Amino acid sequence: MSKALLVARRELGAFFSTWMGYIICAASLFIDGLLFNAFAVGGGASKFSADVLADFFYFASGISIVSGIMLAMRLLAEEKQNGTIVLFYTSPISERQLIYGKFLSAMVFALIIHALSLYLPGLIFVHGKVSIGHVAAGYLVLVLLGAAAMSISLFASTIAPNQLVAAVTGTLITVTLLVLWMVVDVVEPPFKELFGYLAIHNKHFTPFSQGIVNTRDVIYYVSVVFFFLECSVRSLEARRWRG
Amino acid sequence: MIVAENLGKFYGGHRAISGISFTIRQGEIVGLLGLNGAGKSTILKILGCFLLPSTGKASVAGHSVDDKPQEIRKLIGYLPDTPPLYDEMTVSSYLNYVARLKNVAAGDVARRVDTAVGQTNLQKVTGSRLGELSHGFRQRVGIAQAIVHDPKVIILDEPINGLDPVQIVEMRDLITSLRGKHTVVLSSHILSEITKTCDRILIVDHGQLVAEGTEASLAGKAAQNMHIACDVDRVPDGLVDRLKGIAGVQDVSVAPAPLLLGGAQRITLATAGDVRTKIAAAVVEAGAGLVGLARTEAGLESLFMKLIKSEGGGR
Repeated sequence: MSKALLVARRELGAFFSTWMGYIICAASLFIDGLLFNAFAVGGGASKFSADVLADFFYFASGISIVSGIMLAMRLLAEEKQNGTIVLFYTSPISERQLIYGKFLSAMVFALIIHALSLYLPGLIFVHGKVSIGHVAAGYLVLVLLGAAAMSISLFASTIAPNQLVAAVTGTLITVTLLVLWMVVDVVEPPFKELFGYLAIHNKHFTPFSQGIVNTRDVIYYVSVVFFFLECSVRSLEARRWRG
Repeated sequence: MIVAENLGKFYGGHRAISGISFTIRQGEIVGLLGLNGAGKSTILKILGCFLLPSTGKASVAGHSVDDKPQEIRKLIGYLPDTPPLYDEMTVSSYLNYVARLKNVAAGDVARRVDTAVGQTNLQKVTGSRLGELSHGFRQRVGIAQAIVHDPKVIILDEPINGLDPVQIVEMRDLITSLRGKHTVVLSSHILSEITKTCDRILIVDHGQLVAEGTEASLAGKAAQNMHIACDVDRVPDGLVDRLKGIAGVQDVSVAPAPLLLGGAQRITLATAGDVRTKIAAAVVEAGAGLVGLARTEAGLESLFMKLIKSEGGGR
């Protein structure tokens, strides 16, 4: 575990010592604010505070997915591009420690971005009434959704030769999981139920954005994260065979 | 310390190495010599647990690269052909990080980093960002990260690659200073560097081990098949026959000597063994004036070229 923390600490330092981290952070907060003003509180008609908050979480979920992909796409692809991956391949650190350390660093950075966006729901307090539980549930799903996108992008990063291919691969997998809920309407059981369950956003996201936390949905997101993290571990382990 | 038995590695359908077997004793400095693409890096990657062999076995300190890669990784320091450096880190923070990654105890990190910095003469740049360093300094940091945890085995892939002559001498001194305490395996395509730093040489070509031995033993093999250039002021009748009659002389040819005045001739002889004294005597006895007598190729270089030509059909 200490090796994973060591990797996470260095990687977090890299986020702060390069432009990449600041750009992702600034862009996320800027677009979050823009969408909040334009759609969540804007639109002319008066809304309930809870609806404003639900709309905010809906728009923020897209930002969370995109920033998750952007943060994780470089984690291993960049190491491969720069040749620094050799350091891990020849050091006494397991593939699992490396993957979880990398993931942890991106998660901490994403949490910082989420923390910096807390002023947006805070603004709703000025003119309305918001339940802290609703805010907590919304942020929980933003973190879970972001983590899922991050794990997918990290997996893409382990199989891709560079960051661009990792970003494209990660986006393709994520978009596939996003649009599965649309496929539900055109397939028969048991695929209807299966695709409905696998869809990453619609069915699992909506309850959280309304302030409802279902254990079933939390388990779904955590399962997605672990599945792709373990796929990443296996992918790295297989690398010794492939050469 | 290191044993390789019938090692082979395929990249898809391409055979990178095959049938490689050797043993390296503790404390030895052994050089893998070969042209680019000969398979040297693949052998080092297998020993560094970076790759698994497709066939055969390899072990370091009794641990198999197949089953116990983590045990081996604790024992080795590895410098790939491009040093694995993070440009945004300083030399000091990078070496601290690598030391922790390589299991150096927290309380011992500062001392080990200071030692590695001292061994590689990096004192002046410890606070500099790695991205700002010259190629020579980057290579030195690469060596420092390979030795910072005081490993038993040090694997260096083309350590003098891209260094200037002064840096090459410094690198040579550093590698030589590791003798005895560490087992060092390095690769290079430069024969002179291998002979200056290594106790033993493994010559690799087209993925196969074509010769191995000390510099002296390989030079001895080289001396068994020599090309000798004998420059004379004239070629009297019977000299060529006299030379052909010397035991060990396989072939004799005569041509105008290059860059010599006065119509001097060059007699080129292919011989089995060093028969230069007999050639000199035969020339004098035939009444010719001896202008020069020398081997036309350096011994080891000659052997090296011959081995890779015979194995690979020339390149």
